[in-house]
Order: sequence, then C-alpha cells, then structure tokens
Amino acid sequence: MEVAKIENVTKTFKIGEVETRALRGVDLSIENGEFTALVGPSGSGKTTLLQLIGCLDQPTSGKVFINGKDVTKLNRNQRADLRKSALGFVFQFFALIPTLTAYENVEMPLLLDHHSATERRERVNQLLVSVGLADRAHHRPDQLSGGEQQRVAVARALATNPSLILADEPTANLDTENGRQVMEIMQKLNNETGVTYVFATHDPRVIKYAKRVVTLRDGVIVENNGANKK
Amino acid sequence: MFQLIKMAYRNLNRNRRRSILSALAVSLGLALLLFMAAIIKGEIQGAMQTTIALQTGDLQVRAASYVEEKSSLKWQDLIANPDQVAAQVKSVPHVTIATPRLFATGIINTPSEAVGVQLMGIDPASEANAPIVKGMIAGNFITADDQNGIVIGQTLAQKLGVKVGDQIDLSANTSNGDINEQNFIVRGIFLTDTPAYDKGTILMPLAKAQAFTATQNHASTIFIMLDDRDQSNAVAAALTSPNYQVLTWQKMNDLVIQLEQLANSYMVLFYLIVLGITATVIVNTLIMAVYERTREIGILAAIGMKGRRIMSLFLTEAGMLALGGIAFGLVLGSLLSMYFGKYGFYIGNIGLNYQFLLGDRIYPILTTSDAINLTIIALVITLIASLYPAVLAAQLEPVEALHGK
Repeated sequence: MEVAKIENVTKTFKIGEVETRALRGVDLSIENGEFTALVGPSGSGKTTLLQLIGCLDQPTSGKVFINGKDVTKLNRNQRADLRKSALGFVFQFFALIPTLTAYENVEMPLLLDHHSATERRERVNQLLVSVGLADRAHHRPDQLSGGEQQRVAVARALATNPSLILADEPTANLDTENGRQVMEIMQKLNNETGVTYVFATHDPRVIKYAKRVVTLRDGVIVENNGANKK
Repeated sequence: MFQLIKMAYRNLNRNRRRSILSALAVSLGLALLLFMAAIIKGEIQGAMQTTIALQTGDLQVRAASYVEEKSSLKWQDLIANPDQVAAQVKSVPHVTIATPRLFATGIINTPSEAVGVQLMGIDPASEANAPIVKGMIAGNFITADDQNGIVIGQTLAQKLGVKVGDQIDLSANTSNGDINEQNFIVRGIFLTDTPAYDKGTILMPLAKAQAFTATQNHASTIFIMLDDRDQSNAVAAALTSPNYQVLTWQKMNDLVIQLEQLANSYMVLFYLIVLGITATVIVNTLIMAVYERTREIGILAAIGMKGRRIMSLFLTEAGMLALGGIAFGLVLGSLLSMYFGKYGFYIGNIGLNYQFLLGDRIYPILTTSDAINLTIIALVITLIASLYPAVLAAQLEPVEALHGK
C-alpha cells in the first residue's frame, strides 16, 4: 500500500527577482514499511522533497498524496491535522522544545491529538524505553547529549503512530557512535513496527542502512535503487 | 489548557529579567492610573464636601428673585423673617440644621490697599458653623450680640497684618444702594485649610450684618443640612413654594459636578495613553520572543500544532505577564492611595474661587469600582495589543519558521 505518492511535482523558490527551481518534475511512490534514503549533493532538492511529502510546504505544481489523500488540496489547518496524526519528523538540528522535558516533548503530539492522560503516559514511557531513554525522561534538552536529543526526537516522531516518519539529515550533527545508535534505533523500529521511514542524507554511513536509495540531482530523480523494497 | 499554561510559564521564565521588567511596566502603569483616579476622586469629593460644609449646605431656600451672582441686598430679593422661615424648614423631616445667612460683598480698607471680601452674617449659635468653629486658631468665635466683632480667615489676617483684637475698616453695600463703613474688631481667626475661603471670608453676627447692610430682619438664604444627602430632592420638593427658590447641593455645585465629568473625560484619554505605553512594552517583549523562538514555532507547527493554538500560547504568555503586572500594580496603587489618603499631600492655594472650595491638601480616594474598571481595562488593552505578536507567530509558515526565517 502506498503511504506517499508524488506526481510530477515541481517547486520553485523566488528570492528577490531570482527564481530557483528546487524540484523539476519529480515522481515517487513510497510503500508502507519502506526504509528509504533520499540522497544527493547539497542543493539537489532532497530537503525540499521531504518538506513537500511532510506537508510542511506546498508544491508549485504537481500532486502529493499521503495515504491516498491529495494534500495539495488541503488548507493550513487540515495539513496541520495530517502532520499531527499521520506524519512524524526528525530534523537535522535537535528540534526539541527547550522548556519541555524529554517526556513532555514526546507527549506533545499526543496532547495535540487529544489522547487521554493514561494513553499518553503508557505511550510515552513505552517510546522512551524503545529509544533507551527511560532514565532520562525528566531531563530537559540542555541536560541531554546530542544523540539523546535526537533519540527523543525519534520517539516524539513515533508518538501518534504515524504511517510515515520523515527525517532530514538525522545524523548530520552527531558523532559516529551517536549517529549509529540513532540509525539502529530507527532501523529496529522499522523492522519491529513496520513504520515507514524516509530520510534525507548524504552520509554514506547512513545510506548503508537504507533498503532503498533514491538519488536526486538538480531537482530530478536520477537513480532509484531497490525501489519499493520493504 | 494546563499544558499551555505550563509552557507559557516556562517560556516567560526563560528570560526572567525581561519578563519581570515587562510585567513591572504594567504594574507601574496601573499603579499610576489607580493613584491618578484616586487623586481626582479625592479632589472632587473633597471639594464637594468642603463647598457643601462651608458654602452651599445640602439645600438652600432663597427668595424667588434672589440672584446669587449679584449678592442682591434689596429686600424683595431677600427672605423676610428668616428665623421664622428657618424654624418652619427645621420641622421638615431629614432637616437637621436650618439657619439664616446674609451674604454681602465688602471691602477692607487699609492704608495701602482695598481688599475685596465676602461678608457673611450668621447665627453664631448654629451648628452649621462647626467647620469654622473647629478651625479657630486664635481668639474666640463671635457671639450673637456682638456689635462690632468679626472672625476672619488666617490668610486674610496675614495679608492684612492683623491679629486678634486689632481693628479693621470695613465697608459694604447696603440694601438702598449706599455704602456703609465701620471699624470692626477681630475676635478670632480661623483656618479651614481651604485657601479661597480663608483668604476672603469675614463672618459677623446676622443681626449686626443686617444692621450694617440695612437689611433689617432679612437674610439671603436659609442654609440647610440634612441627615441624609440623598433625600435632598425629596426635601426640596417638600419646601417648594411660589415665594422661594429651593436649591439642592447638586444644583449649587454644578461647577464641581461638571468639573468631575470633564476630569473623567480627560482621565479616559490619560488611561489610554498610559496603557498604550505599557501595552507597547508587552508587545515588544512578545515580538522579541516570536523572533527568538521562530524555529520552535516551526517545530510545534511541524508536529501538528495549529495556528490558533500557537496564538493561544502567546496570548497566555501575555495574559500571565499582564496578570502578574496587574496584581503588583493593584497592590502598589492601593498602597499609594491608602498612604496619601491618610496623610494627604499638600497642593497649597491653586487660586480657585468660592464656587469650588478646594482644600490645601488632597486626600486620594480609591474606589472599588475604579480599581475594578482600571484592572479590567489594563488587562483587556494588554491582551488586545498582544494579538499582533500572537497572530504574527500563528501565521508563520512551518517550513520558513523551521529555518528560523
């Protein structure tokens, strides 16, 4: 079953009088359970593609489907609802809310999705155990290492049981050991729960974890290895 | 909601000094407004009480043709047999004091100048004179049979350079248009702490005033005090007669009432200016917070927080700043008003006339309604002003906010 489908998507950014075409007609299909890497040099369009799949931005033309729904027709609030329930994000920078503890950061999407207190407690504890941070639950981000923060971000991305996790350069700011831990946790959760991962990277140590590698260059897909492999 | 409050509280705590200073701006603004409102109220109420006690009473009965501004002494403009009329008035329910008074304009002649004064003939035994008797600072109050004794205000005494026992040369108009002149002895000096009154009023026994102005057995007015001022219209109705005009304290003090209305109008403008400034401080703080936390707003939007909720977060922060500031401002403003309400502050003689007898000290009065109204206005204005940064935060595009743009 297709979790995400991109049809002839283009994205043009206008900075002043200069137009930059970040994506020039991309078609891509992501099946349920995939562990896919979007690779390519800087400026190839992988982050832009990830943002369009993640409903964080709108394409200039073309269509984006998430779980069969055309998200280009959704308004701002509907896209927020979709992000809350069907999508999870892990960013390159450790994107946690600094005033909230690890526990509260993971709990936030569940709060926004109106889960009960009991559901939230059980889910957050389970996720923190699964990323190996049960004992760090009540620490704030500034009391956690970069690797720990990124693992909290992974746990948060999984909180509402989304069908797709999008990770943008998830190990770019981590050392090798922490990068390995984060990738292994994501891989383990992919294997155990079947949740779909799409991550943008240009780190060969990360690419090796991918079951499928989609290569972008200058806004177009130039290589698609192991297509739809689960 | 609890989560929102928790987040807002922690966000404010991130930059505690800035938050405290912002809340303090609200505190000082509100405290200033409360104090100003209390001063205006104290000033107006003080002026009203003083004018009623010294000048107008709760009610006055005058001859139908009497015109106050002219201080007419013609018999047809005065009340004949005033003691008899006063006794009739006294029998009306709620009337506690009814005493005749005669007003005339006089001039004190000194070797160097002529000083205009208001001459008032009174019944020395009447309780209506209590504010002056209480304010006697030298000599004694006059008696009914005193043929050449007067009491004068301290400011006038100082101006004339006279003391108890000294003589002054007083001339006044009479009912037939002549001018009468006589030397009077200063029996006593009073201080009512009301500059306009203390510098220009001379009291003498009614009988002597009548003789001096040739208004035998006539008076300008029956000065009336009631046990309940709210009954003044009812008592006025009971006293209505074709021969007399009955004036209530509201009518006689319409200048004070108009002044209060004018002051209230200006205060609204003043409120808006002060609260506008304090709201600007809050808005500035929140705008800084929006720019500092743009990426965080992007993260929250990315994980599904809707614009409405992001807006609520910033409004909650504004609300907490405003409430904290308001609470402290309320305490500060109340304490200031209470302190000065007890001890007053000196304003001296600000040159007002008899229609507005203002004491030389203002005792601020902070009313519950002023405190409640100003608190609500401060909160509402702060929240309305905070809508701008809150909307700014809510409208950030997630993808741009994530990049800190």
